[in-house]
Amino acid sequence: MAEPSAAPAAAPLVSVRDLKVHFPILSGVFRRRTGAVRAVDGVSFDIAAGETLGLVGESGCGKSTTGRAMLRLVEPTAGTVRIGDDDITTAPPGHLRRLRPAMQMVFQDPQASLNPRMTVMDIIAEPLDEHTRLSRAEKRDKVLDLMDAVGLSADFAGRYPHAFSGGQRQRIGIARALALNPRFIVCDEPIAALDVSIQAQVVNLLEDLQARFGLTYLFISHDLSMVRHIADRVAVMYLGHIVEIAPRDDLFAAPLHPYTEALLSAVPEHDPAAEATRQRIILTGDVPSPARPPAGCAFSTRCPKVQPVCRTTAPATVVTAPGRAVACHLVAGPAAAGSVGAS
Amino acid sequence: MLTFTLRRLLLSIPTLLAISLVIFLILELAPGDPVASMPLTIPPEVREKIRESLGLGAPFHVRYLLWLKAFFVTEPLHALDALLGTDFAAGSQRILSFQSRSPVFDIIAERLPQTLTVVGMAYLIGVLIAVPIGIISAYRQYSWFDQIGTLIAMLGYSVPTFFTGVLLIVVFSVHLGWFPSIYDTTLVVDSWDSFLLQVRQMTLPVAVLALYNAAQISRFMRASMLDNLHQDYVRTARAKGMGERVVVFVHVLRNSMIPVVTVVALGVPGVFGGAIITEQVFKVNGLGQLLITAIYGNDVPMVQTLTFIFAILIVLFNLVADVLYGLLDPRIRYD
Ligand SMILES: Nc1ncnc2c1ncn2[C@@H]1O[C@H](COP(=O)(O)OP(=O)(O)OP(=O)(O)O)[C@@H](O)[C@H]1O
Ligand SMILES: [Mg+2]
Repeated sequence: MAEPSAAPAAAPLVSVRDLKVHFPILSGVFRRRTGAVRAVDGVSFDIAAGETLGLVGESGCGKSTTGRAMLRLVEPTAGTVRIGDDDITTAPPGHLRRLRPAMQMVFQDPQASLNPRMTVMDIIAEPLDEHTRLSRAEKRDKVLDLMDAVGLSADFAGRYPHAFSGGQRQRIGIARALALNPRFIVCDEPIAALDVSIQAQVVNLLEDLQARFGLTYLFISHDLSMVRHIADRVAVMYLGHIVEIAPRDDLFAAPLHPYTEALLSAVPEHDPAAEATRQRIILTGDVPSPARPPAGCAFSTRCPKVQPVCRTTAPATVVTAPGRAVACHLVAGPAAAGSVGAS
Repeated sequence: MLTFTLRRLLLSIPTLLAISLVIFLILELAPGDPVASMPLTIPPEVREKIRESLGLGAPFHVRYLLWLKAFFVTEPLHALDALLGTDFAAGSQRILSFQSRSPVFDIIAERLPQTLTVVGMAYLIGVLIAVPIGIISAYRQYSWFDQIGTLIAMLGYSVPTFFTGVLLIVVFSVHLGWFPSIYDTTLVVDSWDSFLLQVRQMTLPVAVLALYNAAQISRFMRASMLDNLHQDYVRTARAKGMGERVVVFVHVLRNSMIPVVTVVALGVPGVFGGAIITEQVFKVNGLGQLLITAIYGNDVPMVQTLTFIFAILIVLFNLVADVLYGLLDPRIRYD
């Protein structure tokens, strides 16, 4: 793997600006809109070509929704997503479909994300029918190549997804995502549903493929040790917001946001000495509902360092160092406050 | 799959024998006497003679075994003879109706076409309407189309057919005079005009039954589509950049059809059973009506035979549904 870069190079491959996804809450006999689940509430970040951005956060904080909205698998409420030169958020349906080959997703649940009535061959070959003019034989060769690349035997091509183990299914999901030679892949907790022993294999596979095909990843996970292993930079999400984004080593060495601190304090250290002195920060209370987020800072209801200002005013995102940004009233950065995202 | 089917067929033999015995027992225990409805002027000795001649003199188990033999041996042989012009049955005793003294199977063969054209057509049309309605309702959930579809399905399902039947007769036969209210079984379709007449007299009963069938099946189709529309694999198909038509018709529909096909297959025996009430309302003399009049007349052999045929069809189509499920869903392997 390449040395993790501190900040994305000049022109990022993927850039997300103020992305919002609000799901309407409909209720009553006439199903009127009575509110909204603010699953993603204004996130901004860039990903450089060839880089892996880790996206971490508790369950329900909006990670999957962010990933899906970036690929327009759910409609964003506001904001823009650019991949290369293309604006994903405004592309009309026909144009969007032609853009799809460049951006793919590996789904959280490898079982549910494969059509149970299609063979592995059909699942992987289907996008080739849609987007390429390959002959039958060429398609077949391509599918077998892909299966080989993800470590699946060619004998399995005629089998249905239910006949595979969880790890094998995720490999099918990865082969499928690779079929159209994408540049950018959202990996939505690709290993969460797998055994620990299989997790490492799949992560190594993802790293190999990244090196081989020059892929750019958004790697969603709630497993911080895995993110530490694979990501170049890490974004920490809480209740629909990115509270901190930083190069991996900086973040793990010195977290700036109190929420990041709490998350990291739960990760066991490799070094026994450090592990002995590790102090867990236990957060009290529940995560607020994204349908009724607190006023001010989203984290204010659980923050151990909460100040009066936190409960009234939402903190601006402050760039503290190149490629490093944090949204917290306690952190004053060298750069002017209010700049958007990690630039 | 083949061994599964064969095993199930073998298993269904004892099941059906048990069912036939239960039917026989119930009819035996039921009150009623085939000669009761005959004129009171017939003296008791003659009555007893008639009972003897109907075979009611023999003990219960003898009559049951005789009936079994007639059903499984004699009747198939007669059918074979009729088909090939052979003479295997050689005048052996067939199952005779108490009422008309003619073979039960001949009467059934006479009535079957009416039931199949009216009820079968209604089922077919019901399914053909229900599937697209279910698909659109699910795809546009909570749209006005879906709301109206839900309302009509609820009405079609909850309003009994004798009510919709009479309502349609009042509106379309009595007031508008568009369609006849009585089904004329003697009509022979041999010309364009008689064909149009046949279509017109079928319209009302078919409409009543089709509404009822479509109401049920469209709900099934909708629920099954909704189940699948929000599955992850549908998102995968969209991520592949497949067009909306491929997503809906190839991915979602093919998976949604599995339970619907099963339900449709399970409904087929009901077609043969006829729609007793609707046949009654429109005077279609099909199997449903045959069963009702046989029950009124204490015609035990007719009731016994018809009920048992329905039982066979139900067992058979249960098997068909299971086999279809196995063929459609690769996750299910029976062997
Ligand atoms: N289609 C939807 N309609 C309404 N609310 C939704 C929808 N999808 C997600 N949500 C809500 O949005 C929030 C974020 O969901 P999301 O799936 O993005 O979380 P996540 O961070 O991926 O969680 P996990 O780690 O459990 O996968 C949750 O509160 C969820 O209930
Ligand atoms: Mg998720």
